[in-house]
Amino acid sequence: MDIHEYQAKELLSNFGVPIPRGIVAYTPDQAVYCAREIGGNRWVIKAQIHSGGRGQAGGVRITTSEHEVHAAAADLLGRRLVTKQTGPQGKLVQRLYIEAAVPIAKELYVGFVLDRRAERICVVATPEGGMEIEEIAAQSPGSLLRVVIEPAVGMQGFQARELCFGLGLEAPQIPDATRAVIGAYRAFRDLDATMVEINPLAVTADGRVLALDAKMTFDDNALFRRPNVRELRDYTEEDPREADASKFGLNYVGLDGQIGCIVNGAGLAMATMDMIKLAGAEPANFLDVGGGASPERVAAAFRLVLSDPRVKVVLVNIFAGINRCDWIAQGVVQAARDQHISVPIVARLAGTNVDEGRRILSESGLHIIPAESLADAARKAVAALGDDVRAGAGSAQAAR
Amino acid sequence: MSILIDEHTRIILQGFTGDKATFHAREMIAYGASVVGGVTPGKGGSTHLGLPVFNTVKDAVRVTGATASGIFVPGPFTGDAIMEAADGGIRLAVAITDGIPAQDMMRVKRYLRRYPREKRTTLIGPNCAGVISPGKSMIGIMPGHIYKRGRVGVVTRSGTLGYEAAAQMAVLGIGITTSVGIGGDPINGSSFLDMLQLFEQDPETDAVLMIGEIGGPQEAEAAVWVAANASKPVVGYVAGLSAPAGRRMGHAGAIISAFGDSAAEKAEIMRNSGLEVATSPSELGATMHRVLTRSVSRSAASKPQQAAPAHQAPDISR
Repeated sequence: MDIHEYQAKELLSNFGVPIPRGIVAYTPDQAVYCAREIGGNRWVIKAQIHSGGRGQAGGVRITTSEHEVHAAAADLLGRRLVTKQTGPQGKLVQRLYIEAAVPIAKELYVGFVLDRRAERICVVATPEGGMEIEEIAAQSPGSLLRVVIEPAVGMQGFQARELCFGLGLEAPQIPDATRAVIGAYRAFRDLDATMVEINPLAVTADGRVLALDAKMTFDDNALFRRPNVRELRDYTEEDPREADASKFGLNYVGLDGQIGCIVNGAGLAMATMDMIKLAGAEPANFLDVGGGASPERVAAAFRLVLSDPRVKVVLVNIFAGINRCDWIAQGVVQAARDQHISVPIVARLAGTNVDEGRRILSESGLHIIPAESLADAARKAVAALGDDVRAGAGSAQAAR
Repeated sequence: MSILIDEHTRIILQGFTGDKATFHAREMIAYGASVVGGVTPGKGGSTHLGLPVFNTVKDAVRVTGATASGIFVPGPFTGDAIMEAADGGIRLAVAITDGIPAQDMMRVKRYLRRYPREKRTTLIGPNCAGVISPGKSMIGIMPGHIYKRGRVGVVTRSGTLGYEAAAQMAVLGIGITTSVGIGGDPINGSSFLDMLQLFEQDPETDAVLMIGEIGGPQEAEAAVWVAANASKPVVGYVAGLSAPAGRRMGHAGAIISAFGDSAAEKAEIMRNSGLEVATSPSELGATMHRVLTRSVSRSAASKPQQAAPAHQAPDISR
């Protein structure tokens, strides 16, 4: 789960990470009021969306008067910000974070990740902050400092000090910087984060250490024990179909193709997408119905997949272990009837109760194309897509 | 022989009296697994499915002599259950459950290292289909009837893709010594490499099929080991060719977040390490068949006195 920059800063601040003064605004008038409340004569207006690269996309503005604050806020609110992470449709800016602008002497990068190779929390830091970590890693890999943290005792003071001296900080900044690094580590550990990134961690012209931007991602599997994190979830930032899917215990990721997929198991779902691609078409989605799928859950999966108007064919691929083919088949038939599905359905069933499942499909009187294997299913789905596109083109011509 | 489990392995289930464990315990017993009891704290002294229930793993091990455990407790309690198994003397813990917090796994892995290597618990999973040695025993949730006994080892992240492989191979007459689901989480108990090393030492395993997916360094690490150490042929496949970067594909660990995480990069590393890589998920069986045929004809060439005709597929199904 991702959260907004201002939420991450507030959480980090609770763990002793120093941040500039800032307030959230939802309207241009509020933005001006916030600027006045913060004081000073320079403010940063930052669009709050779940994406990196906001600065380059024009989502961060420096302002020096209340008039400019109002104008920047009015311009940003309601705009769809297109960053390199959002895709061409961009993300709607619904809230702004107004912050006191500080004169920066130095920009550092400090990130915490759950390293899969070490199976530990790792800190990655470099004196060349401000850029994306991927760029830094590509351009000057030698500048990267890495510290692995022993889970039994947690991050030690010496590790933070070594890191801060390694970043080239001067003695007067070391106590504040170490506090910031250890604070961010504790936030990572105690809130079950999977990523914490402070970029930049800045040294200001007057020698203070401040987190100027912050990003946190949390472990979905641990949200049950982090109610204060869970309540920060912003559903408007998520694909509504993905949010909908999680309510039914389905795992859905929307993609760009025309063949909708309903599969059990994450690996088989990925493999099915791969087969579609190899057969010459593109999958419209990843969807794992999970184990023990009931007819209701299968019906929900159909509703979800067909809510994407680009879907022209649905491919059902079930290799039942915990699942039962007869239940899946009932779900397919029920969905096809209740939802008046007009697109072709290709169904491949294998595993537990497969004969019963196939019988239900064939006796349903519905036009469901049976497939024998993974390859057969992908081939038939792509062929059905061809027919559908041809039929569509034919009727368009007839209409003309 | 097989790896990890056989018909003599005495198995308990943790979370025994729950719905899921009950269902799968029945399946496991029907398959021939030697299930000797289970643990549900607070229900010790009762019986379930005709087997004794214990309050703690220690009690269960003392009374039944169990050496393996199938863990079916919910994700929030799985870390605790694994550590209890390790402390109770269980040598093989198979954690089926998904939804375990990643930092719990981090601490579990650290905890397992408290024990000297010869006493250490082997953990399979979490978030996996389990382990099956066809015709002998199983701990897990797979449909046992699709597995054919034979001489190929299978190690896979995905459960259902493992079923797919077993079915494709069975059609071609290829059977399995043991199939291990190592699970789809970012931090898991045993890696591809751990299992490849066990298969390498197993005299009944002639070749290994390794089914990976996007995300994490384990497939590449295993491939590099194969290049330097494996005497047996290894067939590889990596799911998620069509997966976009930065999006999580169902499994908590299936996300392309670093260089080398994508399916194409992993497949390339496998190829460069001498693995035969299946070009599509429908070619898992056929690729293994080709590799086995070739290795038989090669050994036939070196030992002509006991050669089978080189063009004939080996009988690896017994």
